[in-house]
Amino acid sequence: MSELKTMSDNTPSSPERRRFVGAATATAAGLTIAPGVMLYEVAHGRSEEQAVSSAVRWGMLVDATKCATGCNDCVSACSTENGWTPVAESQHPKQAPQWIRKLELQDPLTQMETNLPMMCQHCAEPPCVDVCPTGASFKRADGIVLVNRHTCIGCRYCMMACPYKARSLVHESLNDTQKPDVPRGIGCVESCTLCVQKIDRGDGNTACAEACTAAGHNALLFGDMNDPESEISKRLRELPTKQVRADLNLNLGVRYHGI
Amino acid sequence: MKRLLALGAVVLTTAAVAWAGADAQPKASGAPKPAITKAVKGEQCVESNDFMRRNHMKVLDHHRDETVLEGIRTKKYSLKECINCHASEKTGSVAAAKEDFCVSCHSYAAVKIDCFDCHSTKPQGSMAMHPLNAESAHYKHKLAAQANSKVSAEEMAGVAQ
Repeated sequence: MSELKTMSDNTPSSPERRRFVGAATATAAGLTIAPGVMLYEVAHGRSEEQAVSSAVRWGMLVDATKCATGCNDCVSACSTENGWTPVAESQHPKQAPQWIRKLELQDPLTQMETNLPMMCQHCAEPPCVDVCPTGASFKRADGIVLVNRHTCIGCRYCMMACPYKARSLVHESLNDTQKPDVPRGIGCVESCTLCVQKIDRGDGNTACAEACTAAGHNALLFGDMNDPESEISKRLRELPTKQVRADLNLNLGVRYHGI
Repeated sequence: MKRLLALGAVVLTTAAVAWAGADAQPKASGAPKPAITKAVKGEQCVESNDFMRRNHMKVLDHHRDETVLEGIRTKKYSLKECINCHASEKTGSVAAAKEDFCVSCHSYAAVKIDCFDCHSTKPQGSMAMHPLNAESAHYKHKLAAQANSKVSAEEMAGVAQ
């Protein structure tokens, strides 16, 4: 019995120990940085050799009150950045990839219109990861839900499991039209990656959010939801926001205001 | 075996001139040897040639997992960097034509490459870095034409080169 107790005390998964280890790592990282570098930059300004950590959780705030009718800039920016063919230009529109899509909703009673972009919500508890038979669908430590195309077998269970219809399958060979930074190909499922190539490069923003800001709408705000000082955390504290299908309890990385 | 014996008999019974003729003939079997062209960019690979010939797939696999799962995008052993150096001058790609770097060996060894089902075979970068990437050159003109008022034909020809 006493032996059992000792074992449980040493279990690394105990929350206290985890918190301690986390704090110790953070302190170590803070100490090794050059003087003058702000502490909050430690998490974002990750060195090239350093793996992503759960100290960061990337997320996005969509302000549906600012999202403009008829504007499609976020969708075209995503398509340009990631190299997928927009639905309008696709030969097979029903099979066309939709990493992000614009929705225009209307309340049938009041006729009120709402615009919003819908994409992978980067759940903290992603159903696509739960159902994946090969482990190809995974959540990166910094909260980004991705498909490892090296292990994806194209079974599309994740497409069925996703409550947001965020994923699509590449049905046909892309004939070397991919972007060097964004590998994607036939027989694999894909979805919004929160522009992971840009994040790893240190851009700190996604193509859609950049395009929205450039168009002057400022409806998309991307940032680290774990950093209390980040712009997105501040806005999330101030604004009433919703998670789509909050009843599923998935703790989404994309939050909506004004829906 | 029979053919070899027959050849041996012929060789033995003919004069020295015929010997020389038999030697110069190409071997009956075997695919053409792969044409390994020197990398366009860079002097030395990240490892020795011998090591890379035997182990490139292992280091690529290891780096791939680190990149996809942990977001570590260091340049050493990155497929993108292989392509940046080894893209052929003719096609601007490592796998578009039969003589291109990856394909020439892989077709000789009869080992299928899956990399380029998903990965681009062409290097990334500006026109200045990769003058052979004709597609992006074209696009650049479009952008330039939109941004400025007009681009002269001479300028366009200059960039395209």
